[in-house]
Amino acid sequence: MESIGQPIDRLDGRLKVTGGARYTAELDLPDLVYGVIVGSTVPSGRIRQVDAAPAERAPGVLKVLTHENAPRLLPIPAELSGIRLLGDGGVGEEYLPLQAAQVYFAGQPVAFVVARTFEQARHAATLVRVEYDAVAPKLVMNAGSMATRPDKFLGRPDEALQATRGGDAAAVRGVFDASPVRVSHTYTTPIEHHSPLEMSATIALWVRMPDRASAQLTLYDTCRNLKGNQTILAQVFGLPTANVRIVSQFIGGAFGAKGFQWNTPILCALAAKATGRTVKLVLTRQQMFLLAGQRAATEQGYAIGAEAGGEIRAVLHTTRTHSSAISGYIEPCGRTTKILYSLPHLEISHELVRLNLPTPCPMRAPGEAPGTWAQETAMDELAEKLGMDPLTFRLRNYADVDPENGKPWSSKHLKECYTRGAELIGWDRRPSQPRRMREGQYLVGYGMATTIYPAGQRGAAARIILSADGSAVVRSATHDQGNGAYTILAQVAADALGLPLARVRFELGDSDFPQAPPAGGSATTVSVSAAIEQASTQAKRQLMELAVAEVSSPLYSAKLKDIGASNGRLFLRSDPGRGEEYTAILRRTQRKHITADGEAKPGPEREAFSFSSFGAVFAKVRVDPELGTVRIAQVAGVYDVGRVINPKTTRSQLHGGIGFGIGMALTEETIYDSRTGRAVIRDLADYHIPSMADTPLITVETLDIADPQIPGPGARGLGEIGIVGTAAAITNAVYHATGIRYRSLPLTPAKMVVPTAAESRNTATT
Amino acid sequence: MHPFRYDRALTVQEALQSIRNGKNTAFLAGGTSQIDLMKEDVHRPDALVDIKRVPLAGILLLPDGVLRLGANASNNDVAYHPLVQKQYPGLAEAILAGASPQIRNMASMGGNLLQRTRCPYFRDTAMACNKREPGTGCSALEGINRVHAVLGASEKCIATHPSDMCVALAVLDALVQVQKPGGGRRTIRFRDFHRLPGNEPQKDSALEPGELITSVDLPAFAGRSHYLKVRERASYAFALVSVAVALEMEGDTIKTARVALGSVAHKPWLVEDAGKRLQGKKPDVALFRAVADDAFKDAKPLEHNGYKIPLGKNTLVRALMETSGLMPLQGPAGTAFASSAGGVAGDEAVA
Repeated sequence: MESIGQPIDRLDGRLKVTGGARYTAELDLPDLVYGVIVGSTVPSGRIRQVDAAPAERAPGVLKVLTHENAPRLLPIPAELSGIRLLGDGGVGEEYLPLQAAQVYFAGQPVAFVVARTFEQARHAATLVRVEYDAVAPKLVMNAGSMATRPDKFLGRPDEALQATRGGDAAAVRGVFDASPVRVSHTYTTPIEHHSPLEMSATIALWVRMPDRASAQLTLYDTCRNLKGNQTILAQVFGLPTANVRIVSQFIGGAFGAKGFQWNTPILCALAAKATGRTVKLVLTRQQMFLLAGQRAATEQGYAIGAEAGGEIRAVLHTTRTHSSAISGYIEPCGRTTKILYSLPHLEISHELVRLNLPTPCPMRAPGEAPGTWAQETAMDELAEKLGMDPLTFRLRNYADVDPENGKPWSSKHLKECYTRGAELIGWDRRPSQPRRMREGQYLVGYGMATTIYPAGQRGAAARIILSADGSAVVRSATHDQGNGAYTILAQVAADALGLPLARVRFELGDSDFPQAPPAGGSATTVSVSAAIEQASTQAKRQLMELAVAEVSSPLYSAKLKDIGASNGRLFLRSDPGRGEEYTAILRRTQRKHITADGEAKPGPEREAFSFSSFGAVFAKVRVDPELGTVRIAQVAGVYDVGRVINPKTTRSQLHGGIGFGIGMALTEETIYDSRTGRAVIRDLADYHIPSMADTPLITVETLDIADPQIPGPGARGLGEIGIVGTAAAITNAVYHATGIRYRSLPLTPAKMVVPTAAESRNTATT
Repeated sequence: MHPFRYDRALTVQEALQSIRNGKNTAFLAGGTSQIDLMKEDVHRPDALVDIKRVPLAGILLLPDGVLRLGANASNNDVAYHPLVQKQYPGLAEAILAGASPQIRNMASMGGNLLQRTRCPYFRDTAMACNKREPGTGCSALEGINRVHAVLGASEKCIATHPSDMCVALAVLDALVQVQKPGGGRRTIRFRDFHRLPGNEPQKDSALEPGELITSVDLPAFAGRSHYLKVRERASYAFALVSVAVALEMEGDTIKTARVALGSVAHKPWLVEDAGKRLQGKKPDVALFRAVADDAFKDAKPLEHNGYKIPLGKNTLVRALMETSGLMPLQGPAGTAFASSAGGVAGDEAVA
């Protein structure tokens, strides 16, 4: 039986619920010692003096590392595997820890205390005295902030951040100005944090190689970018890449974090080097708001001009966002504007302000999440102005081909998503006017949005070891962030090898395994499946060659193209009764196992087609206008994500994405003090991830139509599409309920219950 | 984290003995808030005396009708106690509106009274805070003061008291029974237990050093009580504003009324005139609105917390509407559904 398409329970589920899955921070290696980071108290300036003596005298302390005594590091590369790391548009930090006196943000590591126990290290960390020559920080993005205009997101050629379509900027603006129906507003989104359940953690140990003069660095790390961090760690410590090994078998959520935060693993490795000990570093939840990445705040201008009949003529989308003083990372909000609807005239621009705040990085649907919120809110506003149903308006501007380059889509069934989603929510019950529906004291409203996420593929490799007992181990240096990669990649391998799922074990999370891309961009399934398929083809070919060459085999002298494989057996397609089990072939040829390698990269189909997943998300909300509460009565999302490998993990992924969208719409926001840059929201009591009470029954459906152009089983990624569009569907529903348009996220009671002039008189205690 | 000695007391006498002998010693009960503050180096005792096993967890109905809630009773034990559910549903609603089941199972009655503020500047040792280090200044005054006080604040401190439970205890006229370290007992009226910051924001309560809370006593009360909480997520969030109401009706007329506001001041804020204004009147939205306007007449908004004034008024009106029966409760009395403003997500508007 094919395992693809089956709702298989997570193969690692039992380990996880019984504690058998060991996460990085839980690993108890021999002779472990513990490191604790001392963070800068100021956001900007230079360290004048560090007095580590009281900490060094504290019980159990082995070492206090500072910029004065830490081992020196070599610079990180400016680019890695086609991803820009340094400079505007890059991802990552342009500094290395404890190498200089400069301070760029509050919380930046300025010392690292290593002690025999965690408690001793934590206590000693409070004794390190650091004096600063502080300089005035830049902490607020405003009109006067100095901004740059990065050219490309991550330096990728196809990710231009400044672009026009249908003429130059003046021409596009001219078309907008001449459009009969226009909307133009500013939309703002706050800083958000990934907030995975598992904090970032590293264990580092150095071993001097017996046969070589060099040393081997091993890291157990909460890492979703094994090969990238392996290269970076090797480079900064001046080691051959093969001398760095990173192990990351279980990740307790990442959502975009844990990919490009190499400075905390480097810090841990530095301490292991300086002490000659095995050092464990686990960030505190408070440090997760400083050292583990974030989504930057955005201010977006969104202007749409349309014909009276609803055809969009021009869109102007400006993004102003920020990074830290030591990163050029930019939230690429214009991404979906380019591809979501058919539109002839377009201008997108992105401005980046560097602030003395912690460094942002990708967070689930980077760019798409805030960008689509602005876009789909503006679409809702224009639909109302046009007097059109929001869904009809979107269909009027349906993109039959990729509007960016005119290429056909590899597979697009968005119209079916709209139709089914509208049925699920009861869209036909929605009055066209806002503030028309009540249930008790609640105002009720319906909203919708389109969702989209590009279906990327990146180079990946896999190795299959097929044993004489008929079982297979498949390896790739990919990651399971908690999303089910272990399970679905085993399903892919089982079908590709013609083996029952129970005979296949998928191994990941080790940089010694064949290359795989970072777990991001919803591209793991596509990329690694393609490699598994290649390796499987090789493995089966080896079996066939062994069989057809052997006189005693029923398949002797058969042509390879005539041979099929299933259920652990090769057979003649024209006569399936004639065949031989894999185990028999290997035993007869006295092989314990065969090994097959496969590698896959984006093929010529990428030139011919555009690849995306699509969906439509609908929401019904209840608003208590006097108490400022918004509760979601219902969310329904229908998605076209290609073939569904595992309906169960698929549903969980989409539920989780929608949960992220609920948080984005209603509750999640991080705030830093505007004078000191210190985090004011810094734990999960105050950073409000939606609770179950904020989450309605989420209805998710997938069309399950295989993408004929995607290698492997025809599955596109779905890790991120769930968040995209969800926030807009919710806030559009809030507008429909209240008749009031809120253009700033999240939609908290404080925004909805506005003081009167008399109440807001500023008579602050002075 | 500051190193500390850990002792365990098994009786009240042992607990007081340890406190008398110790220097910079603190009691430890549930520890749900205290341990967090120790990890962050905000609370730095040299020694802890664990009183968890001191037999103060009983919930007893005294002969005079007073319900005695032992200081070590867990928040959940109190909330789900049949007598609390029956006679003081507003208290159950307040407790169940707070924290999570796990935290409420650990948190004690006495500890809940002594929770420290959620002001972010209090919890960050790199920032000036008069409550944490008297005389250093108040970072919140000109900072991110979204969750701060609009009533009764001083220039030294604008923190709010974070407890839900205490707001309900304020309208139930509870009494706090206290054992003095040198022997002897005293009783503190709940309204006098917490204090306004004034010039000594480091002092949250009237409790003197070394004093041990032994119980919280609820006078017999036959009226209705109710708690209503507005927060930024539907569960597991501190209140933006909250309101507790205790109401005795005589026919369709209000006989007595007590109203308190949470998260607007350094202490649970009793609306002093509410009783007088409501007494002898029929429940009426305009009357409630007038009481609400009056309750906030001295409110002083800061840069980021102005919303608390209209939101507090609206919540006060709504709580009175729901308690007096002019509007339905959002869920069964005595449950978190009744106290959750806005209800919970899902198909059903009323849980």
